[in-house]
This record gives sequence, C-alpha cells and structure tokens, in this order.
Amino acid sequence: MPVTPPAHPDSRLRADDVTIGYDKRPISEHLSVQIPDGSFTVIVGPNACGKSTLLRGLARLLRPSAGQVLLDGRSITTFGGKELAREVGLLPQTSVAPDGITVFDLVARGRYPHQKLIRQWSLADERAVTGALAATSTTALSVRPVDELSGGQRQRVWVAMALAQETPILLLDEPTTFLDIAHQIELLELFRHLHSQGRTLVAVLHDLNHAARYATHLIAMKDGRVVAEGTPRELVTEELVEEVFGLRCRVIDDPVAGCPLVIPLGTASLP
Amino acid sequence: MTPDDGSGRASFVLRSPEFQAPHHRSTLRRALPGFSLRVDVRLVLVCLALSLATVAVFLVALSVGDYNIPLADVIKTLTGGGTPQSRLVVGEWRLPRALLGIAIGAALGMSGAVFQSLTRNPLGSPDIIGFSTGAYTGGLVVILLFGGGYLQTAAGAVGGGLATAALVYALAYRRGIQGFRLIIVGIGVSATLASVNSWLVTRANVVDAMQAAVWGSGSLNGLGYDQLWPVLGLLLVVSPVLLAHAPALRQLELGDDAARALGVRAEMVRLSSLMWGIVLVAIATAAAGPIAFIALVAPQISRRLTGTATLALLPAAVAGALLLLASDLVAQRAFAPTQLPVGVMTVIVGGAYFVWLLIREGRRQ
Repeated sequence: MPVTPPAHPDSRLRADDVTIGYDKRPISEHLSVQIPDGSFTVIVGPNACGKSTLLRGLARLLRPSAGQVLLDGRSITTFGGKELAREVGLLPQTSVAPDGITVFDLVARGRYPHQKLIRQWSLADERAVTGALAATSTTALSVRPVDELSGGQRQRVWVAMALAQETPILLLDEPTTFLDIAHQIELLELFRHLHSQGRTLVAVLHDLNHAARYATHLIAMKDGRVVAEGTPRELVTEELVEEVFGLRCRVIDDPVAGCPLVIPLGTASLP
Repeated sequence: MTPDDGSGRASFVLRSPEFQAPHHRSTLRRALPGFSLRVDVRLVLVCLALSLATVAVFLVALSVGDYNIPLADVIKTLTGGGTPQSRLVVGEWRLPRALLGIAIGAALGMSGAVFQSLTRNPLGSPDIIGFSTGAYTGGLVVILLFGGGYLQTAAGAVGGGLATAALVYALAYRRGIQGFRLIIVGIGVSATLASVNSWLVTRANVVDAMQAAVWGSGSLNGLGYDQLWPVLGLLLVVSPVLLAHAPALRQLELGDDAARALGVRAEMVRLSSLMWGIVLVAIATAAAGPIAFIALVAPQISRRLTGTATLALLPAAVAGALLLLASDLVAQRAFAPTQLPVGVMTVIVGGAYFVWLLIREGRRQ
C-alpha cells in the first residue's frame, strides 16, 4: 500500500492514489496528483502516457477503479451532477455542435449547471454569456452558425462555452490540437489571460515549448506515472526531456519569453 | 422570400430581418418571481401559426364528409348547441376522430423529435429504426393471442417497442452508441420485424387477421371516444416527463463528454427519454396502428420553420398534430365515399421525403 502524500494545503482538486483506465484495463495505477490553486497546470508526456485519462478522471468522465478524486477534501462521486459542474469545467477533446446552432446559443449551453427547470434563463446567465463572448473575442460572431466558422474561431467559441459555465477550475483536453500555430498561440494567450484573472487551469498540451512558456506548474507523465512535477524552469531540462520523451535535445533560454526552450537534436547533430 | 406551407401569412413576419439575430429573436422574460425563461420569439410565432392552422383543419374536418355540416353549425355544436343530427355527426362521429388525430399526431411528432435528438440524425425517428414496427408486433401478439382492448394492446405495444429498442441497442452497441450505426441496425431490425408481422397475420384466423390488417395499415377509421380518453390520458402523463428531460437532451446534442462535463447524467437521461419516447409511439400505435413518417417529418418541418437547430418538443408536437389531421382529412375525402387509411396517405407523402433524406445522408457519410 503506497503512502498517500500529504495533501497540498492550497489544492482544492486532487487525485488520491487512483487507478484509472478504460474497460477495466488500467492506464494509471496508484496515481496521486495535486492541482495547485490558482495555477496554470499543464500535463505533458508522450502519446498514451495517461495525460488525457487523468484529466478525464479529474472531470469525473472516468470513474477510478480504485482511489478517489477529491474536491475540497470530498470525493467527487458524492457531488450532484450540476453541483460539480459549477466548480469544475471541462473543454473536451471532441464535441459536436448541433447543425445550424448559432454561437450565442451554443455558448448559452454552458449555463446549464446554473439553471433549473423553472429558472431557465436569468440575468446572471445573460451576463455570463455576454462576458464569455467578450473574453474570447467572439461577440461579433454571436449570430453566426457555428458550422460556418473557421477552426480557430470554433475552438474559441467552445472555450467561451466553458467560460460561461463560470467554474473556478477549468480543465482543457488538448485545446490547441488541429489549430495552426497562430491560432494555437492566440488561444494560449487567452488561457494565460484567464489564468491571470484568478482561474485555476489544467491543460493537456502536446507541445512542450508551449507548456514551458505558458504553464506555472508542470506535471510530466510517462507510462501512467507522474515522473516529475514543478515549475517549467525546474522541469524542462535536457535530462528530463530525454527520460520522458526519449528525445535528445538542447534546452536554451527562450530569447523572447525567457523560459526554457527545447531544441530537438534529431539527425542533424549526429557526427 | 418563399412562403412556407402551413404558416400562411406568418412566413412574412418570420423572415423579416429583425429575427435573424438571436439577441433580437429572444427576449428575457420574468413572469413570476423566481421563474424565468428565454423566449424565442420566432418559435412562439411558429407554434401559434401551426396551432391556428390545426384549429382551422380541425373545424373543416368536423364540417365536411358524407353529411356536410356548415361551419356555423359545427361551432354551435361544439359550444353545446346544434341540432340532434349535427350533435350525432359532429359530436359523436367526427369529434373523437379529429381529436385523436391531433393527440396521435402530437405524440408521434414529439417522439420523433426525441429520437432525432438522441441519434443526432433526422433519420433516427422511431418509424425508421424499427420501434414503431416493434410496437406493432407487440400489439399484434396481444390482439392475436388475447384479443385485447386498447389498454392491453397499448401494453403489448409498449413491450414490443421496448424489446425492439433493447435489441437494436444491443446490436448497435460498440463502446457506446453512435447515431448512424443505430439507424442502419434499426432499419434492418425493422425489415425483419415487418416480415414477422406478416407471418403473424397469416397464422391468425380470418376475423383476427382482418382486424389486424385494418389496424396494421395505420388508420383512424372507426375510432371513437373509447380510444380517445386513454390516448389523451397517457399523453398528458408522458409529455411533462419528456418536457422535463428536454434541457438535458439539448445538452446531450453536444456530445457525451461535453454534456457530462456540464452536469448531465447522460446514461440516465438517454435511457429515460428513450423509454418515454417509445411509450409515446406505443400509445399512438395501439390506437391507430403504425402510421409511418409523421414522427420523421414533423420535427423536420418544425425545425425548418422555427430555425432552431435543436430539440424543440412543442413545435414538433403541433406540426405532428397538423400533419396527421390534414392527412386524415385528405385520406377520408380524396376518394370519397371510399376512405383510405391515413397510413397510406402518410406513406405517399413521407416516403418521398424519406428517399430524399436517405440520398442526402448517404452523400454526407
């Protein structure tokens, strides 16, 4: 029985010795993670290392077969459906926009956990949606059908929906996948802005350099285990990148942001 | 600016520019303290227009027939007056049939809206994916074995519908349910059940077979108050349940992950609305037999008229009522004095639409 690490004093959301996977095939066993409050935590690691699985566990989309995920010291399985959705939001990897739905109507769907059968639309809902549209610069798109938008615009609209949910903690499952580099940076800047406003963000990202640049806290995973945790400065080293990703690289200081920058060696460095 | 059929003059209003923007389309309404709702103006107008059209067809249906009763006398009869003759023709013969047309049409329209929302596909309506055929099989078994009345037949239809749904689900299940696979499997199961139904009828004695055949073509002929009251009663019980599920069903249209992250208990909502949707189909089938295509077409019509991309139960219900009532009127009068079963009428109209949909969906896949 592994020893449970002491609870992080400032960590509302944590996974406590969880075993989690699909169809009873565990991807992670005895995994313990704490999400520091107010952090922009990014989970990195090679494909199939269990990053998204962990995130889905934190969002209660997957039920651990052992251990538990705790919010404020209480197992998230004891929360009501809407109750948890008012605390923890998730931008899933895949979502479907109903045919012809407008941006405003889609973002308004984010208000569901705040609504009741007899109180379906309040001024607070209206304000949250308007605010989410403004925060993601999608106000001008609000009357457009979602399926007419470009990939970058569409992703911003989904972020707006998650924002309209107004949760203190927001989980983002590979939010930049399928976007070109300009739209990736645009979205990451938006996340940084949201984080600066006091939200706790947890993202799964593929690009290590993006993670190093935008995260305040990194969690590196490999084969379903947490290999290392800490600030990008502590974590992004040539040794760790080789250990986690099996990639030989140089790490230099990013000339623009000052954070670590990973330069893969590839075959160019071979003698 | 093409006028939409069925909405008449209202189409002009519906297409005017101020209804393009959702901000303008919807207004915040606080009728009572603590009660609030976002009201889509166009949706309300469409519901009103469809309801008015339904009332108009309803009055015509009460008025015309082998004995023409002038509209003035129809209204007199409805308000408690009228001659003994008009009370018999309108009150006893035509009124229950017209009301049944409305109730059954509404039930089919709502169930179609629910299933199309669940499968995220216009083809996912109960008459295509075999639930109606299964309900018919269940009812048929009850009639042939027990010779039951409405409630027994309805119970058999509910059982048949649920069993078919379970079968289609089991066959289509592969790490979750994907809409299009469910539809393909459903069409297959539906075809198999149709031959089971034919076989059941051939095994029956002549009287039962006649009854089953008449019922099986989907018809309001000869229906009266005996069928009306149970249909209305069940409809009034089931509709509120589905209306209560509607917000969660709309969330499910975003995909399971997004819906669950927003606090929807996805499996519970899906199973419950699936079950109650089948009960609606069974209610209709037990009374009038399998009337095809109303469940398929009504939600699509309401969707195009309201411009809403998502589940809207009330407009689908009203569109279904109007469609069935109007189809029944045409079926009665087109070859008078011969009365066609309304099911024949809906197959002709809906069948063409179905083929068009199949071609369009086929291209999309």
